[in-house]
Amino acid sequence: MIWNEHYECMEREELLKLQGIRIKEMVKRVYDTVPFYRNKLQEQGIEPNDIKGIDDLKKLPFTTKQDLRDNYPFGLFAVPQHDIVRFHASSGTTGKPTVVGYSHNDIQMWTEVVARSLTMAGVTKADIIQVAYGYGLFTGGLGLHYGAEKVGASVVPISGGNTKKQLQLIEDFGSTVLACTPSYAAFIGESLVEEKIDPRKIKLKAGVFGAEPWTQEMRMQIEQVLGIKAYDIYGLTEIIGPGVSMECQFQHGMHIFEDHFIPEIINPDTGEVLPYGELGELVFTPATKEAMPLIRYRTRDLTRLHAEKCECGRTLVRMEKCVGRSDDMLIIRGVNVFPSQVESVLLEMSETKPHYLIVVDRANNLDTMEIQVEIEEEFFSDEVKELEGLRQRIKANIASTLGISASIRLVEPGTIERSMGKAKRVIDKRNLP
Amino acid sequence: MIIKQLSVFLENKTGRLTELTGILADNDINISAFSIADTADYGILRMIVGRPELAAQVLKNNGFTVKITDVVGMIIPHRPGGLHKALQIISDNNVAIEYMYAFASGDCKATVVIRADSLHKIIDVLQEHKMELLKEGDVYQV
Repeated sequence: MIWNEHYECMEREELLKLQGIRIKEMVKRVYDTVPFYRNKLQEQGIEPNDIKGIDDLKKLPFTTKQDLRDNYPFGLFAVPQHDIVRFHASSGTTGKPTVVGYSHNDIQMWTEVVARSLTMAGVTKADIIQVAYGYGLFTGGLGLHYGAEKVGASVVPISGGNTKKQLQLIEDFGSTVLACTPSYAAFIGESLVEEKIDPRKIKLKAGVFGAEPWTQEMRMQIEQVLGIKAYDIYGLTEIIGPGVSMECQFQHGMHIFEDHFIPEIINPDTGEVLPYGELGELVFTPATKEAMPLIRYRTRDLTRLHAEKCECGRTLVRMEKCVGRSDDMLIIRGVNVFPSQVESVLLEMSETKPHYLIVVDRANNLDTMEIQVEIEEEFFSDEVKELEGLRQRIKANIASTLGISASIRLVEPGTIERSMGKAKRVIDKRNLP
Repeated sequence: MIIKQLSVFLENKTGRLTELTGILADNDINISAFSIADTADYGILRMIVGRPELAAQVLKNNGFTVKITDVVGMIIPHRPGGLHKALQIISDNNVAIEYMYAFASGDCKATVVIRADSLHKIIDVLQEHKMELLKEGDVYQV
């Protein structure tokens, strides 16, 4: 099943033409409405009229996460606030979140691409979909929710957590589709076994999993324990949320909805555009977005694109699972974490040194994060309650800055390895792709 | 009256305590008493040693996190009710004990090392009640 055959199976030539029209229109629009882009284009001597088609995309400057941060919160909006109907946000590098606004049409477009995505996973109006992504500022919950309603499926908006209840509704409601992070899906699977629920009594057939990297082994494990086919969905808040790309039943990579999100692969060091098939950094231009259109946004995700027509009939390019990042961002329990955030928390506290080591692991399929912190010698106390109080303060500050909790281990000063060049700040034991 | 206690931050790592006792042995420093407060990740070693200033210095030079803490040493009769009587006096006078550890040396006396919320108050209270206190001069040979 294909939700929107017109756009998903468009001849590539026609699609490129459409993309050209859309970026031309978008550049003109941001030039008129976003001072940041007008200045940036003027600096580079680019006039909106210089952009005539898709081939001119590479002439345009990049947008980075730093630009979003510099223009926090609403500086990159291209419409007045009264035309914004919703905000979402993801955690940023300095404690300030990355804020995204959506116009009415943006929400419609997002709903459309999620409907296309769910259709790829075989979801129809006959399905009961349990949305166990978090609802709130995070895009996962509400993004999947409205797309599923558009398809006509029955939505169970349970949000994340409360695993006992998840199991109960899977069993009692007969949910057929589960949407959540892959690590949570694996955890639900394990809980199912633990609670001795007969797998024949549940009706799940498909899973729509994303928001964090996962391996092929993990996919097989989830598929086996839940008795489903697991699909990979990709997205990022800055572009729209989940539904930027999605796997079809043939699972040869994720189809990017290129009529809205124009992809490029670049050399992360030089910015040069690379041909299909080469590994590089993924860049998106969400050309149809009204509230916050971005020009050539650098995702920092490393992957390859393939443009050959897929067996499913779609002509949209496919992106491979991301193989890493061109920056040091970690994705822990679906939340973006930058080591520099941890550093800023420790620098603000006089009792600790900014020497730390983040150890990320996966226990029972849930990500765990431990932060080893060196205590400042003068704040060492002979009393346990003082040191435990310090540990709790660090924990609370970390949780409020990162948006997720970490366990804190106090270590002796001088024991965390110093290196001459780039300090080793992270040990990731999860074996992610 | 005031006894110098060495407090050392110790990560829960095999061999870490042995390393410390080795350094003290090499520097001919005798340990009279010690206790360890432990949590899941680390411990705080508290000990009474001969020549505490020197001990603190050599441990610091070897990368340990050390602090000198003022405590009081109380000598009580080594018999049933001995500790109870002393604690009764302390609590009746509203002195809070942060932690304590004790050792009995076989004969008729036992020594209790106490870290109180107020050092001077506990010394006053114990002296008022004619409790025997360890003097700095003899403590390091207890």
